[in-house]
Amino acid sequence: MKKNHVFMAIALPALALFFIFHTYPALQGIFYSFTDWKGYGSWNFVGVKNYLNVFKDNRAGAAYIFTFQFAIVTTIVVNIISLLIAIGLNSKIKFRKTLRAIYFLPYILSILIIGFIFNFIFAHFLPQIGTVLGSELLSKNILGDPDLAWIGIVIVAVWQGVAFNTLLYLAGLVTISEDLYEAASIDGAGIWTKFWKITFPMIAPFFTINMVLSMKNYLMVFDQIVAMTGGGPGKSTESISLLIYRGGFEGGQFAYQSANAVVYFVVIVIISIIQLKILNRREVAN
Amino acid sequence: MTRKKTNWIITVLLMLGSLFILFPIYLAITIAFKTPPEMAGNLLVLPKSWSFDNFKQAIEMTNFFNAFKNSFFITFFVVIFTVLTNSLVAYAIARNLHKKFYKTLYFYFLSAMFIPFPIIMLPLVKQTSAWGMDNLVGLIVLYVVFNLSFNVFIYIGYIKSIPVELEEAAIMDGASTWGVFWKVIFPLLAPMNATVAIITCLGAWNDFMLPLVLLSDQGMATLPLVQYIFQSQFSTDYNLAFASYLMALAPMILVYVFAQKWIISGVMRGSIK
Repeated sequence: MKKNHVFMAIALPALALFFIFHTYPALQGIFYSFTDWKGYGSWNFVGVKNYLNVFKDNRAGAAYIFTFQFAIVTTIVVNIISLLIAIGLNSKIKFRKTLRAIYFLPYILSILIIGFIFNFIFAHFLPQIGTVLGSELLSKNILGDPDLAWIGIVIVAVWQGVAFNTLLYLAGLVTISEDLYEAASIDGAGIWTKFWKITFPMIAPFFTINMVLSMKNYLMVFDQIVAMTGGGPGKSTESISLLIYRGGFEGGQFAYQSANAVVYFVVIVIISIIQLKILNRREVAN
Repeated sequence: MTRKKTNWIITVLLMLGSLFILFPIYLAITIAFKTPPEMAGNLLVLPKSWSFDNFKQAIEMTNFFNAFKNSFFITFFVVIFTVLTNSLVAYAIARNLHKKFYKTLYFYFLSAMFIPFPIIMLPLVKQTSAWGMDNLVGLIVLYVVFNLSFNVFIYIGYIKSIPVELEEAAIMDGASTWGVFWKVIFPLLAPMNATVAIITCLGAWNDFMLPLVLLSDQGMATLPLVQYIFQSQFSTDYNLAFASYLMALAPMILVYVFAQKWIISGVMRGSIK
């Protein structure tokens, strides 16, 4: 067989399989979003009715607001903490290997099971501590409070998310030469100046990747919520993924949730592009 | 070079911080060994006795070994097939990027990374159940195919750094394209193969959403899915639940304890590509 034929014989099946199991379902989803299909039985075209309904739907609106609030807060908190830990791990410390291994541990664990464990911490452990300390805020289960439950989910997501982001920042930090800091010290630069003039510009590409990846991941939040609140209390922590899952599989809203998924997809793409644009411009400006 | 002194303040701060990471694990271990009456007391103390009764009961209740077998089966074959096929596809694309077809293919796989799973989830589940793929084999096929998107991206970055001259020399010696890949390129990809194997292994072992929506038979449930299915039956017996959680987490933690250096460097290699 000729060289080019061999390459084709490898690439074509890969293309076919990927199309069948990824692109084709996506196209079907888009197709059904213009129908009234329940997931079974007959269907009719309804035009853009599903899309109009998504925008009028309070439940969907609440899911979008919750998901955004959660994703933005978690992305910021995760990145601040990760950066601090990475800088710490990169300085001259004892037990560096062990500490690094501990901080990375959450990355290898099942998010769902960690969520179950945290569920217990919020429901039983913290209230016990709160009662001993006489603190009213701690003595109740925040996951049972519609206004506070989302914070519990942020905490689990941060607990786990810090692991990977720290590793990425660490990868960036080790590339910065010690000489740069020494030269800056001779010029009389303080810690703060060194961070903003040396550290941050040098790891800016890693910052960009982390912000974009974190945001994208947290916009798709699902496992944590299933384990912690199931979307409750009420619908206060129902994320977009969970809404699509529930409505699509349990609520007979196959076509409607497909339209919701298309909107969701467009939103994720737009946000990723905006983030890349803004963050890249800042990198260049530096 | 001047040797700097150990920064003890940062060391201590990081050690204190690591307690936050270890605490939930500590809680899981101690509660898994406790009995329901002990739960009324201070949750921080160690269990009175280290009895394995909770574990025995959890194993029976959740059919732990069956779920373990399912998770292991899926993870094992997903890792093997992902490494073997995805590297091959990446190689075919990497060596032909100057051609329009392969370049398009590259961006096609790449752009799929931006498609959120929920958009394909509903039709995919219909499709797989209609084709009799709502089982472990179906799951393996889907993981291997979906992994292409990310892996092609990181493999290609690495393959580009391998000089073409190496292959040309092998071809001069009479090796076929197929032979060149397996005998010359694949061994050179070893560090990237390790990275892909690690990331794929973690992804397949811990995934919850795809088994949740795809599998129709409870006997096929994976370890995370089993914890979800039995959540209502554990009800308030937290000792039983935590014994079950701990057993589900333990295999990965054990692997991590022995291979953490390798895992961390593997993931790092993949992330900076």
